[in-house]
Amino acid sequence: MKLKDLFKKGKFVITSEIGPPKGTNIEPMLEEVDLLKNKVDAINVTENQSSVMRLGSMAVCRLLKERGLEPVFQITCRDRNRLALQSDLISASVLGIENVLCLTGDHVVLGDHPQTKPVFDLDSIHLLKAARNLVNGYDMVENKLDGSPDFCLGAVVNPGADPLEPQIIKMEAKVEAGAEFFQTQAVYEVKKFEDLMKAAEHIKVPIMVGIVLLKSAGMARFMNANVAGVFVPDKLIKIMADASKEDRPRKSIEIAASLIKEMKGMCQGVHIMSLGWDKYVPSVLKAAKLI
Amino acid sequence: MIVSERKSWEEILSFLEEEKNVFLIACGGCSDACKTGGTEGLREVKDKLREAGKEITAALLIDFVCNKVLIGMRLNRYIEELKSSDSVLVLSCGIGVQAVANMLDIPVRPGDNTIYMGGFPGVWPGEERCLQCGDCRLADTGGICPYANCPKLLVNGACGGSDKGKCETDPEKDCVWALIYERLKNIGKLENLRKIYSPRDYNLILAPSERKKSIFWALETVEEEPKEEASEERRLSTL
Repeated sequence: MKLKDLFKKGKFVITSEIGPPKGTNIEPMLEEVDLLKNKVDAINVTENQSSVMRLGSMAVCRLLKERGLEPVFQITCRDRNRLALQSDLISASVLGIENVLCLTGDHVVLGDHPQTKPVFDLDSIHLLKAARNLVNGYDMVENKLDGSPDFCLGAVVNPGADPLEPQIIKMEAKVEAGAEFFQTQAVYEVKKFEDLMKAAEHIKVPIMVGIVLLKSAGMARFMNANVAGVFVPDKLIKIMADASKEDRPRKSIEIAASLIKEMKGMCQGVHIMSLGWDKYVPSVLKAAKLI
Repeated sequence: MIVSERKSWEEILSFLEEEKNVFLIACGGCSDACKTGGTEGLREVKDKLREAGKEITAALLIDFVCNKVLIGMRLNRYIEELKSSDSVLVLSCGIGVQAVANMLDIPVRPGDNTIYMGGFPGVWPGEERCLQCGDCRLADTGGICPYANCPKLLVNGACGGSDKGKCETDPEKDCVWALIYERLKNIGKLENLRKIYSPRDYNLILAPSERKKSIFWALETVEEEPKEEASEERRLSTL
């Protein structure tokens, strides 16, 4: 099932996200995703997120498919050249993957193999174009395919980017290249998201607001210092700092639900990044009155 | 020796499509030896631009366009000509184009592609860098090379890791795409960011084999070849 079909029906689309483990022990991950069954429309599977080497996204996407869950295959330009990227897109298609999120990818120096050769043969826009070409039956250099994949292609945007204007220009280019929906970086400031939606009014592609569950005040401070364009206001940090360890999930759910309620009317979906707290996602959705 | 070769005329004229008055600068250093710059290169381009209906506001030969002090001294005497120019076309390596672009607030375009540094990288006193990619795109990036300065070698604008003008790989490092955005805004060419650039052709980075037969590749190659041929001829003629 493609996300664009849900958007077309006017559904407020809900996606979540899982990060594959570093190793073959997939049971805990699968138990967590099973909790999301029938609660979310699709689940993004990250690819070597933060440039840390892990089990691959494509394999996990297939595992989700086998369990009746809809995966969104995240694919980045960091680790593969244009041959491998196109080949993997075709591979993903024959494994039943229908939704692909095309990203440039974090730089390798941020991860656990900082010595590695960064590839970046293509960028997110080239990747979208290449994927679109494959869907149309051709590779990047216009060779005809013997059977073509059928994807719904997504891209990302960062509402907290400063300045915002180049982000909007890049969004336009991504749509031109083939993006059919956007998921955003984590939003904690409603005003910033409102500004993005205003600036992107002319972009007629569904936008899903990104929500990251706050686990602690420390995590919030870490994101403020290290994650581009993410800012957790002091008010929210204080709520997490004042909560006892046992009470933190409850507070986190409240914060996420209230953010969703405030921004729901402005956009076409929500993308919840739980960073391991998958078990709380259903409670967030319930508190936000989405299920 | 920094080796450059002329861009195609179609590409050069495409930069100047909507412009009439062009200020020309040619380098008298490496580019003179490559015949892309120097008096010869300058004259060739001047004539061709005039043929194409362009007005040349000035045609300047500067000894080393990588030297910003020198550029500043020379350009100081051409303020009026610069004011009446729509853009500047520079016949030099990528460093020279960037050095000139750094000093002016009108569009500065390359007339050449930089293809090789010939074993001796030359000396440039500024912070501009050129990766000799063989497909110079400085014309559209406000004269700032994204390729030499972006750790992801991006050609279509900043990635999501750009934050308040800094790069995700190093908080001290300027995001080159943020610099390009500011420069393009200053020269009124923000629409350049809306163009989608194709992925790079990595073949252009490797010197073509015919290049290896020329003096630009290695002096010894050229010196030895004629000698061998000559002796071969002599040997054949004595048979």
